[in-house]
Amino acid sequence: MARTTTSPPPPVSLPRISWSTRFDKLQRRFAPFVFISPFFILFAIFGLFPIVFSMYLSLQEWNPIQGLGTMRYIGLENYTWLMGDPWFWRSITNTLWIAFASGIPQHLVAIPLAFALSRGIQSFRHPLTAAYFLPYITSAVAIALVFQTIFGTQFGILNQTLQYLATAPWSAWLFGGLADSLPVNWLGRAPNIKPAISLLVWWQFFGFNVVLYAAGLATIPKDYYEAAQIDGASGRQSFFHIPLPLLRPMIFFAVTFTIIGNLQLFDQPFILTDGTGGTSQAGMTVAMYLYRTGFEWLEMGTAAAISWLLFLLIGTLTVIHFYFFGRSGLETRD
Amino acid sequence: MRMTASTPRTARRNERTGRSPVGQFFLYLGLIALALLTLFPFYWMFVLSSHSQSTIFSAPPPLWFGEFLERNYNALLARLPFLRNIWNSFYIALMATITTMFFASLAGFAFAMYDFRFKRFLFAFVIGSLMIPPLLGIIPYYLIIQFLGWLDTPRAIWVPGMAGAFGIFLMRQYVASSMPRELMDAGRIDGASEFRLYWNIALPIIRPGLATLGMLTFIGQWNNFLGPLVVLNSRENYTIPVALRTLQGQIQTDWGAVLTGTSLAVLPLLIIFVFASKQVIEGLVAGSVKG
Repeated sequence: MARTTTSPPPPVSLPRISWSTRFDKLQRRFAPFVFISPFFILFAIFGLFPIVFSMYLSLQEWNPIQGLGTMRYIGLENYTWLMGDPWFWRSITNTLWIAFASGIPQHLVAIPLAFALSRGIQSFRHPLTAAYFLPYITSAVAIALVFQTIFGTQFGILNQTLQYLATAPWSAWLFGGLADSLPVNWLGRAPNIKPAISLLVWWQFFGFNVVLYAAGLATIPKDYYEAAQIDGASGRQSFFHIPLPLLRPMIFFAVTFTIIGNLQLFDQPFILTDGTGGTSQAGMTVAMYLYRTGFEWLEMGTAAAISWLLFLLIGTLTVIHFYFFGRSGLETRD
Repeated sequence: MRMTASTPRTARRNERTGRSPVGQFFLYLGLIALALLTLFPFYWMFVLSSHSQSTIFSAPPPLWFGEFLERNYNALLARLPFLRNIWNSFYIALMATITTMFFASLAGFAFAMYDFRFKRFLFAFVIGSLMIPPLLGIIPYYLIIQFLGWLDTPRAIWVPGMAGAFGIFLMRQYVASSMPRELMDAGRIDGASEFRLYWNIALPIIRPGLATLGMLTFIGQWNNFLGPLVVLNSRENYTIPVALRTLQGQIQTDWGAVLTGTSLAVLPLLIIFVFASKQVIEGLVAGSVKG
């Protein structure tokens, strides 16, 4: 007020902006950025920085007990050492073995099962799906401990069941051949450890795939089946010719999940082998080797190098998967 | 649909499934048998938790509940501060759930309801962060926690995941599909601040989706093993999975006590699942499929 009377009036009079309107404009303008900022702040600290730092760490030799000052740059030595390390290669082959042996059956069972649930039956759809799905949401540690008793050599219920089937008159013709190899030492003998782990992993994750495929099947228009029926297609034909091709994007997607998840397997093999990897490390996955290198043997640099090699393996397999199946998988249905 | 509407109901049934009653019977039989087989380990766990070491290891195995539950429970408490462990798991899962519900819905709301600079890029960044395998950062994660002085504390576990990308994605989808943008302008005319638009308008609308996210977060954190294994190092601060792990690998593992512990670890999840299995399943599928 005083200003306008003492000095010559400005050519254009600016409207006075009160602090509250100014704040109002400001909060409207920056609100979305403020709302999304927690993610980016936390990701910078606990996501991005660790990745960059683990790259740096993988080029160092360092035992954390002796403090940060003892870090010593050794170039690619961690990587070249791992390339010649038999335990590392064993952990890679173990991981791939378990990934395939548990992964492929997951999908081979889940697809027909999802089809049977969504097309074959009218009632109890949800309770059945929920039953298959339940293992997926339960603690892997708890479940692996339960499976440790199931796999018990002398008194485990799996061996006792097999024993019964091999000797009972009604089933001996089918299971009699097993009698000589019973009882199976599931978790103690090296060749049996990976199948045992795979069985547990299969059991825990097939239901998740059933649910994924059921969701995929739900998007297929009913008219397709009706049209096939009019043309006289049988149930089996309408499975192989309608949903299977249309499920391809979902198969592609679910398999991608399986690859990424299975290559990072830790909880189940860790518990089933008492945290050791089992007889001659037959059950030691890369994730376990990484954990033991870093936190048991305190070779943080080598452990960081393992994590990068694992990332590379996951990336490579995902790219191969995209290359061979991506085109058909990502193509939109029309 | 158009076609079946005109056909009688009884005929439609067979037409839809294309199966004979006998085929249906065997299909149900197979599906139910597989479901029972899937559920068996849970039943088995509860049964064994009520038996003594000697009946657990006997042939034929016990198939019905015994009377040893209380003694197994006491044996568990003698070996571990298990009530503390349950509380730790519960506290961590609860903190993770509350913070995730808030921060993820806030960010999801922003991505769904606003147009701002770099939005597409920033959202792609959030989604892209989901592709990074968590194991890649596990060693530096430990070092950061050590640097912050958070080793052996609950916040070492729930703070890093407070605003998870999965939750943001889930919430964005949910807000975008359930909240009309006109409500934003209506609220602004009434003089509400942007945060009020979120708090008073968006939150009530997305409540079901928020509940789903909460359950998923709780379940995920309750089961989390590797994170706590790495950063927790005293028995009093262990979560249930880490505590159970210490019972293992001893010369004489008390399996009755172990399985009582696993039963207690699984029980809350079973309860959630009994009441909200549909929501949990749909939430997980929606979160993964729509990507």
